[in-house]
Amino acid sequence: MKHRGLFLLQLGFTLLVSAFLIVPVILSILAGLTVNYFVGLESGLTLRWVIEVWTGYRETIFLSIGLSLACLAVTLVLGVPTAYVLAKRQTALTRAIEELLVMPVAVPGLATALALIVTYGSVSGFRTSWAFILVGHVLFTLPFMVRSVLAVLSAIDLQTLEEGAASLGAGFWSRFRDIVLPNCRAGILAGSLMVVTLSMGEFNMTWLLHTPFTKTLPVGLADAYASLRLEIGSAYTLVFFLMIMPLLLGLQAFAKPRPVKFVAEETE
Amino acid sequence: MRRDVQRLIFLLLPAGIFFAAFFLLPMARLFFIGGSGKTGWAAYAAILIDSHYLSSLISTLGVAAATTVATLIISGISGVFLQRHKFPGNAALVAMLTFPLAFPGVVIGFMVIMLAGRQGLIGQVTQALTGDKLVFAYTLSGLFMGYVYFSIPRTILTVMAAAEKLDPKLEEAARSLGASPWRVVLDVIIPGLKPAFISAGAICFATAVGAFGTAFTLAAKINVLPMVIYTEFTLSANIAMAAALSFVLGAVTWIVLALARTAAGSTVAAAG
Repeated sequence: MKHRGLFLLQLGFTLLVSAFLIVPVILSILAGLTVNYFVGLESGLTLRWVIEVWTGYRETIFLSIGLSLACLAVTLVLGVPTAYVLAKRQTALTRAIEELLVMPVAVPGLATALALIVTYGSVSGFRTSWAFILVGHVLFTLPFMVRSVLAVLSAIDLQTLEEGAASLGAGFWSRFRDIVLPNCRAGILAGSLMVVTLSMGEFNMTWLLHTPFTKTLPVGLADAYASLRLEIGSAYTLVFFLMIMPLLLGLQAFAKPRPVKFVAEETE
Repeated sequence: MRRDVQRLIFLLLPAGIFFAAFFLLPMARLFFIGGSGKTGWAAYAAILIDSHYLSSLISTLGVAAATTVATLIISGISGVFLQRHKFPGNAALVAMLTFPLAFPGVVIGFMVIMLAGRQGLIGQVTQALTGDKLVFAYTLSGLFMGYVYFSIPRTILTVMAAAEKLDPKLEEAARSLGASPWRVVLDVIIPGLKPAFISAGAICFATAVGAFGTAFTLAAKINVLPMVIYTEFTLSANIAMAAALSFVLGAVTWIVLALARTAAGSTVAAAG
């Protein structure tokens, strides 16, 4: 029976950890829908705060959606060809390139943002446009797209597939289009979800890169937390949860088969 | 063959140009601006000499180290448990534990306020129990709690993936040789998970050192390096000092991750 005690102990601990993560989420959802959080639920439920957020901050929501889609487009164009080259040639040079590409994730966003500001901050049309934020987001998300596609490409026998196509007379570009791209579909999908989710939530860089006219959703959130009542901050957070929920569910669904692949690789 | 290489270079060009123009060049410029202030290149030494910067460096590294240790212990226990025991509700628990994966730092800060802030749950509970309201969201402890909150989801995922690859036969062998559960954990499970612990721990540490959003939401007074950089840049307009400090901060996190990569082998590459 000692075994059972250990099991219950671990289960209890894990439940506590889950509570630590989920309770504040529930509290903030409730606060966003409560008339007066200080009084409690007795004060009644309302959509007033959500509507106030929508009227006051909806531009930030639209900007964040547009920005994350633009970021996705750029990371696809830059990242997929890069992943293909890295999968095809595994030399010291390509490993160094991979290492370099990951640097914007390792280096704090604050440093990257400062570097962009001191270099391009005086280009006025650029500094005040949302493209300035886009550049930061692309730097930060590109490695995730590259790695996700690279993981899929390294798992398949690209060499044989391409040689087969080449022996049938397919040129370089038609091989890229008809063999490589369809084969890394799963990686592109997982990478895309990751890129959009990360871009939607990026704050460390965006806080320095934004201007009063280019406020993203997390920037608006920080604003609301600092200056408005708790209920509005909560309602705004609720809106954010609703926006990233589908992305997270998608990520969980596509991230699942991956560990299985690791095992299959090893038994080969 | 030659044409193939040319084509591969052509495919790398767009990302290469973008990266050189918007990361390598700005970083180089940041480095030189760091040395162009009133104190010149001494700005880079100020982080170790000036007591104000040194104390914030120490508290930054302290919070990051504490976060790493706490996160690894918590995620180690729960991650191995959830991987080993498939019971009804297991998937729901995993979903709950990984839900905050994509929360930005500002939202994490707000979650800490919901728990330990002035109107937070912990304050209400302690007031009901003892009469004293426990409020610690706006201090270094609140920041620590936020970073642990932030790090648990990704660390649990890494631990679970690694625990799946552990060979249960090794544990059975240890048990049949008379090892207690505690010895099995110490001598079989922890060594088996070591690469995952190193890589996940390094990521915890690096994010806790460089994160800005959580501290920003909690309080401007929290004395950690990212907040110091931010105030140097905005309030004091001391751009050279801000540049020097953020360059050092970037170097610290990059070195930590690079060291972990060498220590853990190729496993880190899959953890990002």
